[in-house]
Amino acid sequence: MAEFEKANSVGEWFDQRLNTTSFWRVMMTEYWIPKNINFLWAMGALLATLFTLLLVSGIFLLMYYKPDVNMAFDSVNYTIMQEVAYGWLFRNIHGVGASVVFLVIYIHMFTGIYYGSYKKGREMIWISGMLLFVLFSAEGFSGYMLPWGQMSYWAAYVITEIFGGIPFIGDELVIWIRGNFYVSDSTLTRFFMLHVLLIPLVILGTIVFHFYTLRFPHVNNEEGEFFDYKEEAEKYKSGDKANAKVISFWPDFLSKDFMVISLFMIFFFYLVFYHNAFAMDPVNFDKADGLKTPAHIYPEWYFLWSYEVLRGFFFEIAGISGKDLGLIAFGFAQAIFFVLPWLDKSPMVKPANQRPLFKWWFWLMMADLFVLTIFGKLPPTGANAWVGFYASITFIVLFVSLPFITKLEAKKAGGN
Amino acid sequence: MFSLVVGLVVAVVLLVLNIVMSKLPFVPKEFRILTIVSIMVGYIYWGFEPFAHHEMHPHVAEPSYAFDGKAEAEAMKEHGQDAAEIEAFWGRAAAIGALAGNAEAGKELVVANCTGCHAIASEGFEQSLSNEDLAASYGVVPPDLSIAGKIYNHNFLAGFIIDPVKAMHIEHKYPVGGAKVFPMPGSDWMGDQEIADMIAYLSDAASRVKAPEVKEGASEFEVSKAANRKVFEAACGRCHSMGYAGIEALTPADVMSAYIGATPPDLSQYIRSRGDEFLHNFINDPQRKLHGTGMPRVGLTLEAENQVVEYMEQIGDSKKAEREELGPKVLIYLVILALFAILWKKQIWRDLH
Repeated sequence: MAEFEKANSVGEWFDQRLNTTSFWRVMMTEYWIPKNINFLWAMGALLATLFTLLLVSGIFLLMYYKPDVNMAFDSVNYTIMQEVAYGWLFRNIHGVGASVVFLVIYIHMFTGIYYGSYKKGREMIWISGMLLFVLFSAEGFSGYMLPWGQMSYWAAYVITEIFGGIPFIGDELVIWIRGNFYVSDSTLTRFFMLHVLLIPLVILGTIVFHFYTLRFPHVNNEEGEFFDYKEEAEKYKSGDKANAKVISFWPDFLSKDFMVISLFMIFFFYLVFYHNAFAMDPVNFDKADGLKTPAHIYPEWYFLWSYEVLRGFFFEIAGISGKDLGLIAFGFAQAIFFVLPWLDKSPMVKPANQRPLFKWWFWLMMADLFVLTIFGKLPPTGANAWVGFYASITFIVLFVSLPFITKLEAKKAGGN
Repeated sequence: MFSLVVGLVVAVVLLVLNIVMSKLPFVPKEFRILTIVSIMVGYIYWGFEPFAHHEMHPHVAEPSYAFDGKAEAEAMKEHGQDAAEIEAFWGRAAAIGALAGNAEAGKELVVANCTGCHAIASEGFEQSLSNEDLAASYGVVPPDLSIAGKIYNHNFLAGFIIDPVKAMHIEHKYPVGGAKVFPMPGSDWMGDQEIADMIAYLSDAASRVKAPEVKEGASEFEVSKAANRKVFEAACGRCHSMGYAGIEALTPADVMSAYIGATPPDLSQYIRSRGDEFLHNFINDPQRKLHGTGMPRVGLTLEAENQVVEYMEQIGDSKKAEREELGPKVLIYLVILALFAILWKKQIWRDLH
């Protein structure tokens, strides 16, 4: 062991033992971020902030919530909302936070797709991000069950029922997931466990991993430009900050993040105080009743597009039932985003609008997701069902055609 | 279909907008991006909230508090039905409602005709049996009439005395000549003036009922809550519980279920699950919103209905005032924070450009 001199300050004391100075330099002041970015690059830090808000408000809710079918509804709507000091505030933050975190995840995700930030060395960033999306979906779904309202119950019923479509083991799997033949107390308690322990734990680990994946390929920039980070970092360190193409993570990058987060918080807390009904469905203020099916069953807005793909196939095709086709399409929709880096065959890393063919694909995909989302909430009858069907087909066709489109684009670019 | 077209048009417009704005030197790039993101977020929000609501909950006619049958008759005529009977029935009720009644004479009539079943506690006519026994005898606990003359519309009361089933819009539950008979018989045989006299007495009696007592120094909120509770109990409390206010329906749930075919829901969270607009529409005439429901039209005046809905909010959303008080403070704090954040960022980035 090395000799330890007597420390002259608290900072030095820690530095001797934890090497804090080097750690701070490596993680913060000499962690290089490209300068050519816009506010969309602050979505990651914004997500970390929203996740913290969810975690903290969740801890407060956990002190009063009761995971029991006879007590859950009242523990939320009476104890927390009306009795506990500021319980309503924590619940509104948690409920609105869950909805808004998905909004920002989608913005973050489609920013990545738009700027091509998923390829040429950035594949692991994309995959770990998609893992987080799936984990947040599971977290959102399991949390939605906890207030034990009508929509909690029936959404849980419909979604767990989906697994019944898996060949051979489907029926047993549904019982295994529910812990009973129907959605019941055992279902509530296990989803409670998932929501407050297992999934958050995995999310925390995956967030750290997601940060780590950024370290070597570096964050993408607005033009998809590749440059020598070492050279640019030297420029920055020598004092030529204006001409360097990089900025430091702290304080340069984070000062901008902090500005965006502060502005976004005005919008967020406006929703928390004055406009929270969109995040807490009215139907869920009716206590769960397994004998009374609500007139319309629909998930929260952020699941509507995949829900619409699930129910888009409502008739038999080539001897396969609509239910099975829907399940296959649903599985496709969940998995396909993971392999996006390999579906995009064009080596071009550029904003979508600067890519001759990809830009059409991107905006068509956005339009299709809009249609799926909006029709995902409407009753699937008459023309609505057909819109859902064609929008689902479009979704699949767009992804299947992506390799061909991008290959063509690469060829075109090569020919120029 | 409409939405699909709009979706595609919006996507194309955004694409064009993006290209056009990128050519304009005076539009800051970040502003351009923010505009596009905001339009997309706004469009999605429009789709899953206002648009979906509009599609799933078709608008119904505005509630009417006149109780003169005109709106009903018009709706029937629109559907090509004969409204003569409705017009005659409510025409008579409205005529009685307009008559000046004699409370003295009315009291005698009420004693002779009503107090056998109905209590009027404020006037000294106490309930004859326990709630359980009353419910067992009639199917539902008959209402105490202490404030009936105040909370129910007088035209409605007249129509109700003549034919309760017709006035309450529950003919589907008690068809003429059917096996089930509504516990209160109609009093078609009474003269118009006699009915007006009874209503005058009930109105008089209601005006003598004092405001409920509240603790000394009670807040305005507590005073209005206590007053609203009385109206809620009289208008809703025989069938509906309100657990969060400690109100249990006077009629036992099993008796109620046999009487009406379903257990009426607890109303603690109805202000959240149904919302203000639905509640007004529904209470005013349940059949319009939920055709075939066993819940009768109770004929509340607009004022009484407002009190009922306000009470549901005072119980179901009791922290509303606190929320609205804290909101501006938090937002002002955040605006100040954002200003400092902008200044800090500008200071840091000055060297970077």
